[in-house]
Amino acid sequence: MLRNLLKKYDTTDLVMYLIGAVLAALVIYGSYQTLSSGKYSGEVWLDFIIFGLAQGSIYALIALGYTLVYGILFMINFAHGEVFMSGTFTAYFLAIYLDSTGFWNQHPIISILLALVVAVAVSTTIAVVLERIAYRPLRGAPRLVPLITAIGASFFLQYTFRGLYGSGVKTYPDVDALKGSWNIFGIEILKTQAVVIVASVILMVALRFYVQKTKAGRAMRAVAEDKEAAALMGIDVDRVIVNTFALGGASAAAAGIMYALIFKQVNAFMGFIPGIKAFTAAVLGGIGNLPGAMLGGLFLGVVESLGPSLVLDGLGIPAPYQLKDAIAFLMLVLVLIFRPSGIMGENLSEKKA
Amino acid sequence: MTQEKKPTWKDAIQLGVIGGVLVLFVSLVGMVQAFDGRYIISETLTLGQLLLFLPPLIVGYISATRTDAQHRVSGILFGSVSGLVTGAILAALLLLGSAINLRAMFINASPELMDILMFGQETLAVATAVLVIGGALLSVLGAVIRLSPPLIRSAILSGVSAVIIMGIMQELLKITFGGRDWYMPIDDFLYEQKGLSWMGVVVTFLLGVAISLWRARSASRPKKTVVKTRSRERQRYVQIGSFVLGAILLLILPQFLGPYPSEILNTVGIYVIMGIGLNIVVGYAGLLDLGYVAFFAIGAYVVGVLTTTGSLATVMWSWWLALPFAVLVSLLAGVILGIPVLKMRGDYLAIVTLGFGEIIRVVALSNWLKPYIGGAQGILQVPKPQIGDFVFKDPEQIFYLVAIGIGIVAFVAFRLRDARVGRAWKALREDEDVAEAMGINLVNTKLLAFATGAAFAGLSGAIFATKLGSIFPHSFNLIVSINVLSLIIVGGIGSIPGVLVGAFMLVGLPELLREFADYRMLMYGALLVVMMLVKPEGFIPEKTHKAELTDRGDVDFDSEIEPIAPAITEI
Repeated sequence: MLRNLLKKYDTTDLVMYLIGAVLAALVIYGSYQTLSSGKYSGEVWLDFIIFGLAQGSIYALIALGYTLVYGILFMINFAHGEVFMSGTFTAYFLAIYLDSTGFWNQHPIISILLALVVAVAVSTTIAVVLERIAYRPLRGAPRLVPLITAIGASFFLQYTFRGLYGSGVKTYPDVDALKGSWNIFGIEILKTQAVVIVASVILMVALRFYVQKTKAGRAMRAVAEDKEAAALMGIDVDRVIVNTFALGGASAAAAGIMYALIFKQVNAFMGFIPGIKAFTAAVLGGIGNLPGAMLGGLFLGVVESLGPSLVLDGLGIPAPYQLKDAIAFLMLVLVLIFRPSGIMGENLSEKKA
Repeated sequence: MTQEKKPTWKDAIQLGVIGGVLVLFVSLVGMVQAFDGRYIISETLTLGQLLLFLPPLIVGYISATRTDAQHRVSGILFGSVSGLVTGAILAALLLLGSAINLRAMFINASPELMDILMFGQETLAVATAVLVIGGALLSVLGAVIRLSPPLIRSAILSGVSAVIIMGIMQELLKITFGGRDWYMPIDDFLYEQKGLSWMGVVVTFLLGVAISLWRARSASRPKKTVVKTRSRERQRYVQIGSFVLGAILLLILPQFLGPYPSEILNTVGIYVIMGIGLNIVVGYAGLLDLGYVAFFAIGAYVVGVLTTTGSLATVMWSWWLALPFAVLVSLLAGVILGIPVLKMRGDYLAIVTLGFGEIIRVVALSNWLKPYIGGAQGILQVPKPQIGDFVFKDPEQIFYLVAIGIGIVAFVAFRLRDARVGRAWKALREDEDVAEAMGINLVNTKLLAFATGAAFAGLSGAIFATKLGSIFPHSFNLIVSINVLSLIIVGGIGSIPGVLVGAFMLVGLPELLREFADYRMLMYGALLVVMMLVKPEGFIPEKTHKAELTDRGDVDFDSEIEPIAPAITEI
């Protein structure tokens, strides 16, 4: 009996399950401690969750870019965080210009849409140029080669934008119309957060529609399924790949503008951490899976927002909020170790191999 | 690409626009301005100006490359068109920058930059004309160089590179040899206050030409194929002799160089140790580890905690006593990280290790462990190692520590490479499944690679801690991992001499040229991309790896892009 069990699971599996069990125990213990201490009221928890949803929807929008590209090329576009940064950082200059003329607060909707247009234009251009220069010539090279290229491109873009726009942190102008909060069904929601959540849901639905129903989206899915067969069916594979990068860039730019609405501050290095977190979200939902990436993003956002107060506080760790990023990275590591196919992912490795 | 085709106007303009984007890039990113203080040729040419000159030159060169022998004139003509476009784009920047304040957006579009772009002209109109015509002339020059016979072409290129290199080296030579009697006449002869003198330009140019001609001659001579057969015993003597000679050289080198160059060598050396370690993980075993800095940090922190005499003092051991612990703890950390990621391949592994590295850094920065490792304030007062009365306190003495460290690490790496486990790593890198089928124990082999690499990084961290005398969490961010990765890629993945070359190029040079410091990561990033596109095997390639990377063409497309992680494709 025992021998059979040991045969089924080797030592590394056992070690991993042990680590998993210890972590789970810590999480449960920490949450129990916090909840039983009654340090935070129900309203505070609700605020945490809503904030988590808002930042999670930003992660989700960035994650779409990772997932789309991975679905087609099986490569991690490590520079995607910089695609996200480039648009937002550039649109900042339009925003302060509009703010200085007073237009920003007179017509907030038009202004934000204008900023969005600029951000989308820049991010999409960067994404497409990146694909053309850095990734296309390496299609078919050993796996590590495009990854290293992507890492290089990521740093190149970070420091390029630092050189272009300066190294200081820039602050987006406030949108007066979005100050304060709305009371929806008795729940106080900050207006910015509500707008971000709603807008990103709309965008995600639109994207889902595009991929599922339009001709271009169908071509994309065909290429993801089988490049050669798609090419034989008359689909221009290169073009579809460019489309994919452009789509990912555009959704990252939208995420960037929302990020600017919530966090206000932008700089050349702002893309890196959200990029990694969005990648985590993509993996969480099963990379290559569009709805999965959305759910993964929301889930990660909430965990990151709740985690420090819920778990770490209970474990008696001082200043738990400092470890917010560590929680996200820990999630990444755990997901990749225990369930690399993601929460929603079904195992299709057999079919692909 | 368009090798046999006659160039068209469209191609020429396209090329010119690419050149224009390049000049805009170097100008707006601030490189032109930053490098403008460094004169290559005294009073005549700065490094910043050189950056502006290079794109049109290259554009002309490429333009001529695209034309075949029959169309020489049109090659030059089209080249000049491209250069004209490039120059015009730069002129547009000048006009725009003078008319409106670009600085609100582009921080580097400053009056100083515009001043540089004026090239000493009084009026905008003249300066614009100079830029446009200058661009055209430069690309004609580039085209002419390309179209001249190969022998002359390489002689010119080598001469020009010699001038540029000697121009850049002025300060370094002065710092290193400044006090020596024998150097002063050379300095007076070659250099003015800033930059090469005209005499120096001529001499270095001729030197470059001579080197190129000599190399061409020795290359054309048939190689001697006689294999010298020495007796084993004599070989052994030669080996021991060269070893002793090398050791003596290393012993006197820091005294000869002085403190500042020794300090730079130490920094390079610390990266060399890490590079050799990461080379085992990435180069031999093919496991891309982006969190390598974590082990470096662990090594440094273990030494710091165990030896510090500051406010966080614990046991106050000597450095020598703490060293084995630092290496051991790093090694264990390597195994601990290794176990969970055993089943992962390729890009997922890279991201997980990156996550680990960031977790370690975030935790080190937090208040949680502050009572033990000092949080953001770090650990101060790490003592210097000591043997008897000899204290390794100055860079010149730390150098010995670094040199011994490199020696040990390189020896181990060399021996491991050809040992059973080294071959197992290589098999692993080529194909995991086949390696397993051949009876290689994947678990042990991978863990050994992680552990060895981590131990080396720990050693490096231990030396780093005592070299700096204090430890701050900011020294251990992702950039260190990227630096190490870049240097082994530039040197050649899997090659130990490559690590040395890469470390000197990527760590040594930027330390010497201060202006580069700001643009260091920019250049690393560009370098990673360019290397992967052009020369993925690195400058000093390892044989099997080169073969593996260059046989791209006959690899089955499907098997190459098989997903490592079970991926679902329903999007």
